[in-house]
Amino acid sequence: METIERPVVAERPAAPQADGPTLVGLGRPPYKTLFWRKLQDNLVQGFSVAALALAVGVMVWILATILIRGSEALSWDFLTTVSAPHGFKGGIGNALVGTLYVTLFAALIAVPPAICAGIWLAEFGKRSRLADTLRFSANVMMGMPSIVVGLFVYMILVVPMGANSGLAGSVALAILMFPVVMRTTEDMLMMVPDTLRESGLALGLTRCRVTLQIICRAARNGMVTGVLLAVARVSGETAPLLFTAQFAKGWPTHFFTGPTANIPVLINDYGMSNFEDLQTAGWGASLVIAALVLSINIIARVAFRDKKD
Amino acid sequence: MDTPRQEPQIKIRARKLSFFYEGGHQALFENDLDIPERRITAVIGPSGCGKSTHLRTYNRIYSLHRGQRAEGEVLLDGQNILDPKTDLLTLRRRVGMIFQKPTPFPMSVFDNVAYPLRLHFKLGRKEIEERVEAALQGASLWDEVKDQLRKSGLALSGGQQQRLCIARAIAAEPEVLLMDEPTSAIDPVATLKIEDLVLRLRERFTIVIVTHNMQQAARISDRTAFFYKGRIVEVGPTKQIFTAPREKKTEEYITGRFG
Amino acid sequence: MRDRFNFEIESLKQRLLDLATSADRALVRALRAVDGSAPADDARSVIASDAAIDAEEVAIEEECLKLMALYQPVAGDLRLIVTILKVNGEIERVADMASNIAARAIDMAEAHVPPEARFDFAPMLERAHKMLRGALDAFVCHRSDLARKIILEDDAVDALNAAHYANARDRLLKDPALANYTLDCVTVSHCIERIADIATNICEDVVYLEEGQIVRHQKRIQA
Repeated sequence: METIERPVVAERPAAPQADGPTLVGLGRPPYKTLFWRKLQDNLVQGFSVAALALAVGVMVWILATILIRGSEALSWDFLTTVSAPHGFKGGIGNALVGTLYVTLFAALIAVPPAICAGIWLAEFGKRSRLADTLRFSANVMMGMPSIVVGLFVYMILVVPMGANSGLAGSVALAILMFPVVMRTTEDMLMMVPDTLRESGLALGLTRCRVTLQIICRAARNGMVTGVLLAVARVSGETAPLLFTAQFAKGWPTHFFTGPTANIPVLINDYGMSNFEDLQTAGWGASLVIAALVLSINIIARVAFRDKKD
Repeated sequence: MDTPRQEPQIKIRARKLSFFYEGGHQALFENDLDIPERRITAVIGPSGCGKSTHLRTYNRIYSLHRGQRAEGEVLLDGQNILDPKTDLLTLRRRVGMIFQKPTPFPMSVFDNVAYPLRLHFKLGRKEIEERVEAALQGASLWDEVKDQLRKSGLALSGGQQQRLCIARAIAAEPEVLLMDEPTSAIDPVATLKIEDLVLRLRERFTIVIVTHNMQQAARISDRTAFFYKGRIVEVGPTKQIFTAPREKKTEEYITGRFG
Repeated sequence: MRDRFNFEIESLKQRLLDLATSADRALVRALRAVDGSAPADDARSVIASDAAIDAEEVAIEEECLKLMALYQPVAGDLRLIVTILKVNGEIERVADMASNIAARAIDMAEAHVPPEARFDFAPMLERAHKMLRGALDAFVCHRSDLARKIILEDDAVDALNAAHYANARDRLLKDPALANYTLDCVTVSHCIERIADIATNICEDVVYLEEGQIVRHQKRIQA
């Protein structure tokens, strides 16, 4: 029989002792003072709180000023009567309706193509050269001063038509809205996890069905929020309307062909006037537009928040 | 897990299957693998070994992503599905897939399951209702959701969502079910429920399950394939792989020496 | 965790080998008592030491169960724990055999049989003992080839056992006065044959441990 040279049962190596390296203790050195660390902590905290207080303070100041000055002018008549020159009793009714017209029509022009473009960017364009170009130009457009957009629309629309019009104002606002809505749509769609797309495709759905019926539905709340925020943003824009919608003394009956009253321009005009009654009306209009923008913001953030349950 | 039934047919045969990601990075190297019909085949291996990538060729779901391509053959009932002429919609009706994270559609529990039914079959309202119930029963979910069919699928718990996805997948009456780490985002109790479910589904479907959980592979599968760095190191009956693997690398992996 | 498991299983293996050493020592002393080269007191101490070996066997089994429950070992680790568990039981039986032999040795010493009439267990003993040590060596050194060879040795010991039986039958007929002694010898021979069997079992466990293949009962089918 073959045997092993060293009989193992009789004499064996010692059992393994510990597992892993042993910890070497060096003893406990003297403690550092905590003073500086705590001071640093307190300073950083103090600065943050101060900065926050400043920002919130300015906001409260603005809102309070608008509220105090504006509430003087506010009444049902103020909201429903047509604007009037100095010395006559007038309201902002025509400007309010005009702003609604201009903004809603801008949304009508900008939102559908912007959403389609956003879908294309997120679902199909992705990292292609064309998509990157589109994204880059959207970023450029978003950084463009709004008065430049106003001038541009003045050139291409007001000059050929020979008249200022509410439509031109809408086009200017639409140009401002388009990149915002497109990018938020894209962002919202990109946030939908790829596995949702894959699980749609894995069930035998076409790409088109997956996009429209599943992905857009999953991103719906985010997309609506994006649109509302874009509307809120442009509804207070003044500069693009100065050359386009301009202003009209009467109700906005010639939206497509003539100047159309709107609140931002009204505030601009009244604010710069020397008459106290017009200035008061300007404050009232400021309060109305601020409340409008604020409520759209709140609706967008509260009503269309993505609920988990 | 081996029952003394007759030798099963081979449902899927992968032959010299290689896979490339965008930029030519090769993720699979000439994989050969047989998937027996109505058996559970587990695919194990360390992260990044290509096990999910391999699975994702079986329904060509990778084609969603730009620049990914597969070479070689994947024969489903003898027909090469990597052939560009393969109709993807039909392929994916036959080969269903469950993902790592539950992916209920943003619609009601009922509509989630009814969706593939309306998509693939000509059915009346009544028949759809019956089939939705059957699919939810099949996924062991009916008793828990029968009173909340109108509720959003997203409102269910993680484990329920995953079973909803299984119900949705089996509603389409597939032949093969691919599961890509179906329990890795789910708590242990829900995991055991899904494992029980998978074992029951074995009666009707050919199942391929990718898993990080080796005990899971050991518990539920009939055969196990071990992947390492894009290659199949060892394939065999699960019992053999987990008691006496032939390859040293397999042994090292399943006993936790690496990975 | 891997390190911890390795450490625990290595310690367990060492404990098992300690147990094997104790059992081996008991066996050697029992055998010396049988051939009269050691006093009967030695035989009594073998019987007394059996309780400690039994206790250690239980402790090792509990340790194995604990490791299985805590680490759920697979593959080679699983086979190692299962082998330790089984070899542990086999070694306990070696100790049982040793104390059986020791008990017989005490009776045999009191029988005062003339030296020329004594049974010669030396060749059988040597073979069985060598098989047992070989089996444990194969276990420690991962030598399944060695284990397979040792399994084949079992037949020789069986033959020697059969020879002792035949011899004993003749003796009983020829010299009934020594019947008690002769029957003790039959028991001792049987015990030694059991030790060879135990060595065979351990070897089969070693083959399973190293090759993952269950070879038990195959030899008997062939034979």
